[in-house]
Amino acid sequence: MLSLVLRRLGSVLLVMLVVAGMSFLIFNYLGDPVNNILGVNATLDERDALRRTLGLDQPTWVQFWRFLERAVVGDFGISYRNRLPVLELILSRLPATLELVFCATVLALGLGIPIGVYCALRPRGAVSRVLQIVALVGISIPQFLIGMLLILILSVELRWLSAFGRGEVVQIGWWSTGLLTESGRQALIMPVITLAVFQISMIMRLVQGEMQEVMRADFIKFARARGLSDRSVHLRHALRNSLLPVVTVVGMQIGSLIAFAIVCEAVFQWPGLGLLILQAIEYADFPVMAAYLAFVGFGFAMINLTVDMIYLFIDPRMRRA
Amino acid sequence: MTRPVSLLRRGLDSDLVWQFRQAPAAVLAAAVLLVMVVCAVAAPLIAPHTPFDPGSLNLMDSRLPPAWVEGGNPSYLLGTDEQGRDVLSTIFYGMRISLAVGVAAVLLSVTIGVTLGLVAGWFGGWIDALIMRMGDVQLSFPTIMIAFFIDGVAKAVMPPDLHQATRFYVVILAIGVADWVQFARTVRAATLIEKNKDYAAAARLSGVSSLRILFTHVLPNTMGPVIILATLGLGVAILTEAILSFLGLGMPPTQPSLGALIRVGNDLLLSGEWWISMFPGLALVLLVLSVNIFGDWLRHALNPRLK
Repeated sequence: MLSLVLRRLGSVLLVMLVVAGMSFLIFNYLGDPVNNILGVNATLDERDALRRTLGLDQPTWVQFWRFLERAVVGDFGISYRNRLPVLELILSRLPATLELVFCATVLALGLGIPIGVYCALRPRGAVSRVLQIVALVGISIPQFLIGMLLILILSVELRWLSAFGRGEVVQIGWWSTGLLTESGRQALIMPVITLAVFQISMIMRLVQGEMQEVMRADFIKFARARGLSDRSVHLRHALRNSLLPVVTVVGMQIGSLIAFAIVCEAVFQWPGLGLLILQAIEYADFPVMAAYLAFVGFGFAMINLTVDMIYLFIDPRMRRA
Repeated sequence: MTRPVSLLRRGLDSDLVWQFRQAPAAVLAAAVLLVMVVCAVAAPLIAPHTPFDPGSLNLMDSRLPPAWVEGGNPSYLLGTDEQGRDVLSTIFYGMRISLAVGVAAVLLSVTIGVTLGLVAGWFGGWIDALIMRMGDVQLSFPTIMIAFFIDGVAKAVMPPDLHQATRFYVVILAIGVADWVQFARTVRAATLIEKNKDYAAAARLSGVSSLRILFTHVLPNTMGPVIILATLGLGVAILTEAILSFLGLGMPPTQPSLGALIRVGNDLLLSGEWWISMFPGLALVLLVLSVNIFGDWLRHALNPRLK
């Protein structure tokens, strides 16, 4: 088990190293740190002096090491566009995106698992057939279209909800939350549904497939033969054993939620990391791009590691491997 | 003359075709897909208007609603956009670009993935370790994120006119590179099995070179799963392209794919002109849905374990 944990840590380190390398390339070679600090009107002497103090005359690996040292404490330089420290920008946008992703995940699990169980238990029923078709559409329809449909119906036609922004937010330290105000919660409704539709469909299909497979296993027949109630057979035996792959997929899906949040934020002008990176690409703001890549890479590596650890925890077979 | 005919007959009698006829959803999906592909390929011939010829556009005809809504014009069945382009015609042309990008991107993924998979499986050792590690690292990121970053960096680095001219290829490259790992993994696993079979050993003993064995003997035997993955991958590639174009990183409004058409229409959504974005959106959903249904069926039909 220890060797497995170490191997996982090794692969996380490898991912982080590759991400850091990419981020370094963007930061140092695509962007120009000297122009970044001095502006384009500085003299040649000033440039050379700064080049030396920044260590840009050093060999690449020394520069990479310094980049890592600074990245670890969160120093990614100054944004070209806003002239603010990149870390500050990212931290001010992070809560909006994390709240969106968190709510979408809760909704996806809360709806996806029960619907999946229901469809697995009555695969031929009329209701589950309809649900299965809806789910197939759900994984084929692009997120931005769901968002636009919601805007069209709820904002343009019915005028119930505002189509843009986060509503009022409350500051708690550096974290800003929309969950504590009425308009903040209302603003969350459409973006969260938009983001969650794909995940609900995905989780539902997965749970259904796994559970139908497990229901055919011998231990389910044995459980029935022991005279256990349907409820116990379905929930305590079948569902628990079908949730293993769900954990992996949900982990991966949270990762892709961060990616799809970019789309969702573009549709609803949600002031999160996604809009930040879209603007950074528009203005060739390389420090922000480098920092975003490093942040997101770190996030994905941590999610993967957590999923592996959960797996180890809930599946005893993995511990012996 | 008899040979092609008998081959055709054998094809029609095969197990796969029989199974296909038994699956109404797959037949419907394939039919819809076929119609859409024909509309896309024959767009210049069958589109009612020429939307990308500025001379034929009339601003008086801009923002017309669909023909059956009050104020619509029967000659523009699905209405017009803000430049007076016929929505139905732009959809035909848009599908052409969406399909072209999707197919090219999948072909690129297949080429990269199959080559690396064959090399990794056949030679083993450090090459294998290197390729598969690269794949592991890449798999810890979602495909869409990788395509987004390749595309975004390309846009930020290139001068605007060069970027404008190469966008089509940049998008294909971004999506193609983002999705090779699944093909490499599958082909590597199949190669590991095939290379230890007797026919591979016999070929080696008779002095056939590694490359030749790889490409004429091992490769054809790994193609089944690759075709399934490629079909399912086409749906993902078309969607990814639509997302990139919607974000303004993919195809430009002057040469729009379905995603770019939806982006244009999105700005007019709040003023109530829903048809400019919703009809291209519907076309996109139909396209992806029929590819997904057909791919799903193919996976079940070709995989004996799922029967």
